[in-house]
Amino acid sequence: MADKHSEVLFGLYDDEVDLLDAVKQANADHLEIMDVLTPFPVHGLDPLLGLEESRLHIAGFIYGALGTMTAFGFMTWVFTRDWPIIFGGKPYWSVPAFIPITFELTVLFCAIGITVTFYTICGLAPGKTPDILDDRITDDKFCLAFKTNGQSSEQISKLKNFFSRTGASEVHNKVI
Amino acid sequence: MSAPVSKLREPLIMGSKTYHQITEDLVGPTEKAPNSAWIIAFILAVTFLSFGLFCIAWTIYVGIGSWDLNRTIGWGWDITNFVWWVGIGHAGTLISAILLLFRQKWRTGVNRAAEAMTIFAVMCAGLFPLIHMGRLWLAIFIFPYPNTRGPLWVNFNSPLLWDVFAISTYFTVSVLFWYTGLVPDFATVRDRAKGIRKNIYNALSFGWTGKAKHWQRWESLSLLLAGIATPLVLSVHTIVSFDFATSIIPGWHTTIFPPYFVAGAIFSGFAMVLTLMLIARKILGLEDYITVNHIESMNKVILLTGNIVGVAYLTELFISWYSQYTYEQFAFFNRATGVYWWSYFGMMTCNVLSPQIFWVKKYRRSVFVTFIMSIFINIGMWFERFVIIATTLARDYLPSSWSYYKPTWVEIGIYLGTFGLFFTCFLLFTRVAPVVAVAEVKSILKTSGDQYIGPDAKHGHEKAGTAAH
Repeated sequence: MADKHSEVLFGLYDDEVDLLDAVKQANADHLEIMDVLTPFPVHGLDPLLGLEESRLHIAGFIYGALGTMTAFGFMTWVFTRDWPIIFGGKPYWSVPAFIPITFELTVLFCAIGITVTFYTICGLAPGKTPDILDDRITDDKFCLAFKTNGQSSEQISKLKNFFSRTGASEVHNKVI
Repeated sequence: MSAPVSKLREPLIMGSKTYHQITEDLVGPTEKAPNSAWIIAFILAVTFLSFGLFCIAWTIYVGIGSWDLNRTIGWGWDITNFVWWVGIGHAGTLISAILLLFRQKWRTGVNRAAEAMTIFAVMCAGLFPLIHMGRLWLAIFIFPYPNTRGPLWVNFNSPLLWDVFAISTYFTVSVLFWYTGLVPDFATVRDRAKGIRKNIYNALSFGWTGKAKHWQRWESLSLLLAGIATPLVLSVHTIVSFDFATSIIPGWHTTIFPPYFVAGAIFSGFAMVLTLMLIARKILGLEDYITVNHIESMNKVILLTGNIVGVAYLTELFISWYSQYTYEQFAFFNRATGVYWWSYFGMMTCNVLSPQIFWVKKYRRSVFVTFIMSIFINIGMWFERFVIIATTLARDYLPSSWSYYKPTWVEIGIYLGTFGLFFTCFLLFTRVAPVVAVAEVKSILKTSGDQYIGPDAKHGHEKAGTAAH
């Protein structure tokens, strides 16, 4: 919904089963779905919408590895190069003692990294005001939206017909 | 599409809820003015918090000498309270992370509040090492930053420094996990709100609209955070136990400490979750979402971890005898029969004996028994830390420096103050956020709602079970 002034025709369904059936029907009818909005994660929706699996875990691995290297490298540098001190007769480079902090920073870098990445790629940020199609989508309505910019009245009535066939409880038009 | 739910599974959501009814029930309490019970509790909590702050100010003004610590007993109530609060802070991440990985659906009823409790408990815990330093304003010295003293770095080989990293990482990850779960629910609150309230929740919900792709990433993020938080939660109390285990004090220098501390932390954390949730479900009317089944599940975890702790106590006793090492043997003999015998007695009674009542299903499912037991366990686990710390230090290698320790009013005041902090935060949380995760409860409705799987379920209902995980 990044473009200015999208004309959106959307149907609200009362149950996720109706929504899943409607999405299947839309695929069969070769309708181009703009978006699907739901109050909770509906399983089985991703393959129907052709959404690829999230690659957040790859990012998480990279952030974690970065944390591992930062912590271990820094402690190694401090205790072998910058200011070597003998603690309790142990070697300067006492690797087992570095493990707890290395582990903690691996987790810390990974957690902060994936969380920031998540909000960034989703375009979510504190204070961002979203274009809300209907207030009840975060409550109990399941929304299937089509973009109708520049579409003929024939095409629009075809979409309306689609909504009534698939059992949408409400159909609305909105410019966002 | 039949529901892949065992007939043995009992419903987790009672009262034949619809999605809208779930929103009403869970978001509703944040929209109404607080009732008188809340106001009285809040005033009490703030009073305790204020007294705690006064005692902290007193400690800083007078010095650490206002506590009754001495050269023999350098750790007393402060570190006892620290370990106790950190332990309590373990249940939240256990419920939200480990139970998410195990696909335990009952976690959805309690995870939000348990995570909040974790965060507040870790805040209370972190306070104690900081004020124990005496000069609070020099606390920045514990972080390795380039300084003008060389730079002279911190000792990365010290378990006390590992603690700094463990606790601060744990706090950060818990906050991220908790807030990420809250964002969709804040969006629900936003879409029901009006006026300035809408603006506030608009800012808090980060512009969440519930797009399919966002939900997919959100689930991926939750799973990843759960995956890394699981070893994290186990590492944190392991590292706390290293504070003792890496020392050369008999009774502390034991390899059993890490698993024993982690089990004890889960044990006490679940007890505190139960104490809070039994009150919250009553006051906020959440009996349909935090059911007797939830309570029973938590009591089973308490029974398991309580017995792990019990076995650890007995193993310690056996190993000290088996070691043939006089000092080790004395340390445990002294714990059970020495000057602090009463705290050992309290620990054994509350932690090992009393949870055995949960072998009986009737008591596991009794709200009253559970509440009493949760208080018992909280007390018992506090005694455990006191036994480990004060009893051991009071009788060290040199009989000439043997000593006795009792807290001053300042130390007691600070401890009460942390209760004030904990409850002030928790009470505020119940006002601003849904105490039960709204979206997550909705996502298990079809597989755990009583109208779908309960004894009165409409069998063969075509819509049942399609939202199964």
